[in-house]
Amino acid sequence: MTMNPSMENNQVAVAVNDLEKKFGTFTAVNHINFEVKQGEIFGFLGPNGAGKSTTIRMLCGIYTPTSGSGTVGGFDIVKEQFKIKENIGYMSQKFSLYDDLTVEENIDFYSRIYNIPKNERKKRKDETIELAGIEDFRKSLTSTLSGGWKQRLALGCAIIHKPKIIFLDEPTSGVDPITRANFWDIINKMAAAGRTIFVTTHYMDEAENCNRLVMIYHGTMIAMGTPEEMKTKVMKSDILEIIMPHAENWLDKISQLSSIKETALFGINIHAVTDNAQKAIAELNGLFQSQSLSDYSVNKIKASLEDVFVSLIENYDAEHKEK
Amino acid sequence: MNLKRILAISNKEFIQIRRDPRSLSLALFIPVLLLLIFGYALSLDIDKVPTVVWNQDASSKISRDFLLNFKNSKYFKITKYTDNYRDIEYLIDSGQVMLALVIPKDFSHFIESGKVAPLQLLVDGSDSSTATIAMGYVSAVVSRYNVNLLVNALAKQGIKPARSIQLRSRVWYNMGLNSRWFIVPGVISMIIMIIAALLTSICVAREWERGTMEQLISTPVKAPELIIGKFLPYFVIGFFDLFVGVLIARFLFAVPFNGSYLLLVFLSALFLTGALSQGILISTVAKTQLLASQLATLTTFIPAMLLSGFIYPIFNMPQAVQAITYFVPARYYVVILRGLFLKGNGMDVMWDDAIFLLLFAFFMFALTIKAFKKKVF
Repeated sequence: MTMNPSMENNQVAVAVNDLEKKFGTFTAVNHINFEVKQGEIFGFLGPNGAGKSTTIRMLCGIYTPTSGSGTVGGFDIVKEQFKIKENIGYMSQKFSLYDDLTVEENIDFYSRIYNIPKNERKKRKDETIELAGIEDFRKSLTSTLSGGWKQRLALGCAIIHKPKIIFLDEPTSGVDPITRANFWDIINKMAAAGRTIFVTTHYMDEAENCNRLVMIYHGTMIAMGTPEEMKTKVMKSDILEIIMPHAENWLDKISQLSSIKETALFGINIHAVTDNAQKAIAELNGLFQSQSLSDYSVNKIKASLEDVFVSLIENYDAEHKEK
Repeated sequence: MNLKRILAISNKEFIQIRRDPRSLSLALFIPVLLLLIFGYALSLDIDKVPTVVWNQDASSKISRDFLLNFKNSKYFKITKYTDNYRDIEYLIDSGQVMLALVIPKDFSHFIESGKVAPLQLLVDGSDSSTATIAMGYVSAVVSRYNVNLLVNALAKQGIKPARSIQLRSRVWYNMGLNSRWFIVPGVISMIIMIIAALLTSICVAREWERGTMEQLISTPVKAPELIIGKFLPYFVIGFFDLFVGVLIARFLFAVPFNGSYLLLVFLSALFLTGALSQGILISTVAKTQLLASQLATLTTFIPAMLLSGFIYPIFNMPQAVQAITYFVPARYYVVILRGLFLKGNGMDVMWDDAIFLLLFAFFMFALTIKAFKKKVF
C-alpha cells in the first residue's frame, strides 16, 4: 500500500463552516463547524434525528445547505456538487442495492455509473467480490444475500471508483456483532491506506474506533475531540459506579443527594455524576449506613463515551429548558 | 451528459423489467389482449337487430311480401313469431328482442282499398342509441315500401312518376362503414398510453420505495441522464407494442394502412415521448408505487379512453368537455392514426395535430426533468 504523500501535511479532507440546513421552520443542522484531516476516521455520533444524515447528505452533494459553506476534497459543497460526487463514496443507511439484480449486475451497474474504464472493470469487480467475500454468489440475486454480505457488497459498490473520501451513514445498523467487527476491520484498513472515512453511528463502542468524534444533538454540535479527550477534557465531572443489590430502588434517593448531579442505571449498577467525588462518596456512605446497608461498593471510574454523551445531552436539555 | 451512464441505467432498467412478471406482462401481453378484446367485442355496427313479429294478417300475400323486406335485410333478424302481446312483452322485458312488429288484421285490406294502413312497432328504449338506429332502419324499410306502392298505383293509371332525387352516396376511407376500422387505430393509441403511463409510473417511485434512489443520487448521475436512461427501455417497448398493434390491425382485422410508415414512426415517437415523460413525472411526484400507478390511471389512461374521440365523438360532447379534450394528447394521436390508416393523410393535413404532439412531448419532458431536479438536487 502506498501512502499518500499529502498525508504528512495533514491535509484537510472535509471542512465545514457555519453549516446550516433548515426544512421549512425546522432546523435539522444548526451552524456546525469542523474539519476532517486526510486519512482520519471521523465519527459523527448522535441519536436518531440529531442531524447526522442531513449533514452527510450536504457533504455528499445531495442536499444544498441553507447557509454556511464547506469543502469536500477541496470542492465546494454548494457549487461543485457533481465534482464531489465523482470523488467520494457514499453508502446510505439501508445499503440499498438492486434486489432484483445479481451481485455481478449490481457491481457492473455502479462501475458503469462511475465511468470505470472497460479494461479496469473486471479487476475492480473481482476486488469488490473479494471484499464482500461472496465469490460463490456472483450470479445470485442480491435479494438472496444475508444482511452482512449485502452491507459489504454495498460498500464495495460505493467505493468501486476508489474515492479518497468515504462517507458511511450508519453502516452497521441492523447487522450482527461479528459482521460489525468485520466491517470495522475493513474501515481500519481503508484508513490505513490513506483514505478518509466519515462515519455516522449511534453505537458508542464503534465511536471508540474513531480517531476523532463530533457529538451532535438536535442539529447542534455539543462536543468534538478524540475519544480520549471526550472522556477527560469534555467530561469535567467524575463518575461514580455504585454496585449494590436492587440498585433500581435506590435511584431516586441517590439523585436527591446534594453532591450528585445525575444518576443513570448502567446494567444492574448505578452511574452517578458528581463535581465533587469526595463529598459524594461521603454522602453515599452516610445514606447507605443510615439504611443499614453493607454489601455495596462505590468506586470512581473513568467515564465511558456513553457517560459523556448522556451527561452532555442532559446539560443541553437543562440549558434549553431554562430558555 | 454522458452516454455511458445513460446506457448503464437503461440496461439496469431492462433487466428489472425482464425479471418483473407484472411489468413484463403489462408490456407484452396486455396490449395484444386489449387489441383483441376491443377489436372483436367492441363493434359499434348495429345489424341483426333481434325482432319478433306478430302478423295478424298472416293469410294475406301483401303482409307476407311486406315482411320479406325485413327478412332479407341484414339489419334485422326475425327471431320469433308470436300471436299475442304477452309473449311480446316477455321477449322485450327479457331482452331477447329489441323490436316487435305487429301487423294488424286489416293490413292488406287497408292497402288494397287505398287507405292508410297502420303498423305497430314496439321498441326497447333502454339502450337509446341502438334503439334510435334500429327505428331508423325500420322507417327506411317502410318508406321504400311506400314509394313502391305509390309508383305501382300511378303506373296502373298510366302515369309515370315525376322526376325525383336520387341520392348517390360514396363513403370515403371506409366504404363498408366497418366500425372495426374506426376502433382499432384508437385502441392502438390507448395501448401506447397505458404502456407509457403505467409502466413508467412505477419506475422512479420504486427507487424511492426501495431506497436505491438515495444511493443513485450520491453518484455523479445527472437528472437528464437518469430520466433518459429510464426512458429508453420503455421507448423500445412502446415501439414494439406499436409494431405488434399495426401488425394485428393490418393482418387480423384487415384495416388498410394508406399513409406513410415513416410518418407513423415519427409521430408515434413524439406521442410516446410525451406520454412516457408524463408517466415519469407522475412517478417523480408520487413517492409510492401504488399512488403513482393510481395517478397514472386517473390522469392518462381514462382521459385517453373517454376524451380522445377514440369511441365517443368529440363534437358530441358539451363545450366545456370539448375544451378539456385539447389537453388530452391522445386526442391528436387518435386523429393521426386514423388519418394514417384510413385516409392516407400526409403532413399537409396533419401538421396541426403534429405540432400539438411536439409541444406536448417537449413540455412534458422539460417539466419532468425540472420536477426531478427540484425534488432531488
